[in-house]
Amino acid sequence: MEKRLMASLALLVSVCLASSAAAAPEAAAKIAHGKYMVQIMACNDCHTPWKMGPNGPEPDMTRMLSGHPQQMVMPDAPAAKGPWMWAGAATNTAFAGPWGVSFAANLTPDKETGLGDWTEETFIQALRSGRHQGQGRPIMPPMPWMSYRSASDEDLSAIYAYLQSIPAIVNQVPQAIEPREAQ
Amino acid sequence: MQFRWRHFVVILCVAVAIVATREATYAHSPRVPQWLSKTGLYDVDGRLDPGNLHYSPQYPLWTDGAGKERWIYLPPGSKIDVSNADVWQFPVGTKLWKQFSFADHKVETRMIWHAAEDQWIFAAYRWNAEQTDAELAPEEGVRNSWEILPGRQHAIPSTSDCRTCHMGSPAIVLGFSALQLSDDRDPNALHGETPPADAVTLSGLEKRGRLKPARSDHLSKPPRIRTQDPIERTALGYLSANCGNCHNDAGPLARLGLFLLHDDAAPAGADEPARATTIDAKGLWKVPGIPPDRSRIVAPGVPAHSSLHYRIASRRLASQMPPLGTVIRDSVAVQLIDQWIENLAPSGAGTDGHSQQGAQASH
Repeated sequence: MEKRLMASLALLVSVCLASSAAAAPEAAAKIAHGKYMVQIMACNDCHTPWKMGPNGPEPDMTRMLSGHPQQMVMPDAPAAKGPWMWAGAATNTAFAGPWGVSFAANLTPDKETGLGDWTEETFIQALRSGRHQGQGRPIMPPMPWMSYRSASDEDLSAIYAYLQSIPAIVNQVPQAIEPREAQ
Repeated sequence: MQFRWRHFVVILCVAVAIVATREATYAHSPRVPQWLSKTGLYDVDGRLDPGNLHYSPQYPLWTDGAGKERWIYLPPGSKIDVSNADVWQFPVGTKLWKQFSFADHKVETRMIWHAAEDQWIFAAYRWNAEQTDAELAPEEGVRNSWEILPGRQHAIPSTSDCRTCHMGSPAIVLGFSALQLSDDRDPNALHGETPPADAVTLSGLEKRGRLKPARSDHLSKPPRIRTQDPIERTALGYLSANCGNCHNDAGPLARLGLFLLHDDAAPAGADEPARATTIDAKGLWKVPGIPPDRSRIVAPGVPAHSSLHYRIASRRLASQMPPLGTVIRDSVAVQLIDQWIENLAPSGAGTDGHSQQGAQASH
């Protein structure tokens, strides 16, 4: 009786270990796919602040995907003139145009200032609907959510998994500023 | 060997059953009719089907002044499960329709259909010029379906927008709740409608035996906003109907901690969520043009320092609330909310006269 019990327990433990061992590479593969998607979708172009490096402007990977730096208070944007319709900050994280001024969001998993308390469902709904947090104001230009909304659930889920796996950076991105004439 | 074959046969049968079930589900997946006249709202003679119940929520949602009519169909003998007073569970087969008119011209009729246990279907129908029937609108909606004011167009929502609002709380069906159908109607409710004579109320549902379990307390003490102040009652009722469907403690935005939905299940003396989570609360979103540390969701006594005031008054992309379904400010509501905020005892935050003046100038 005792032998059978021990054998059953051993079997149960083996199954559990085997399944978790199988799940770990699966999760890692998903995160790797998410990383690949983030790279080819050029998320770092706007969500990682750029700095001047030895070979010209480059993303500052010490602040990877943390959005517009909170300490960088932007002066008034230059007025649009002729065909020049919009302007961007040197960090490529702040953008002024007919929509006002928008700032690239903090995509790191910091709970207070990033996506740390977002669920996967909220993240996917935001990209599908083009609405902040999936329910709020429209996501502002130049975020190309209209292109990304067609990504598969699998791809978006992988992106979410990757973003939740990167280092959390505390950075409170300013809220969007409305066009001057609208205030 | 025989033992293995038996297992194989069982597995094969299970697999075939799963595939067959999926195929059957797919084959019988309900299709939304192309025309409103085929949805069950009307009878064969084109009149409203008497099996559909008229209803009129006491706190209507603001849709830029649209006139509205609403009906619900409950399958015969079925009941609404009201075990959770704040999240009514509707029987499979339930349908609800809401008709939108501007200047007595029918523009669209929306339908929600509880087609299967885990399936809710959202559809919008656009009325034809002859006003004889309405055709299913495209999934992406119709951006310019009716000019309400010069340059301001009513939009028929996309199904994604339908889900944005109706999936914002576990209730899914909005405007058909204990508070909204209460017989203790708020006489000051903004844009309140005189319910049609045949409109069903909470007591009407009780008497017809359409609620389970039966709630005799609904008859003896009809639900209402928990306050003795009539202005506050109307203000919080408005917030519950217009904002609470996203800002509640059970939906995806619960993490924001901003709860504007009335909770019928709360104890009698409990503070309304729209008071408890807004008054003097800092909130993430800051009122522009004032020092951020003075901004509050509701700054008691100071509407100009209150993001609630700012966002309800706004119809600009980055700040308007609600963020969809309206393109014209509800000025009467802004006045009401301001009056409620002004009546609240100042707490010290945002009461500095200089700052207040500055904030008002920035609008």
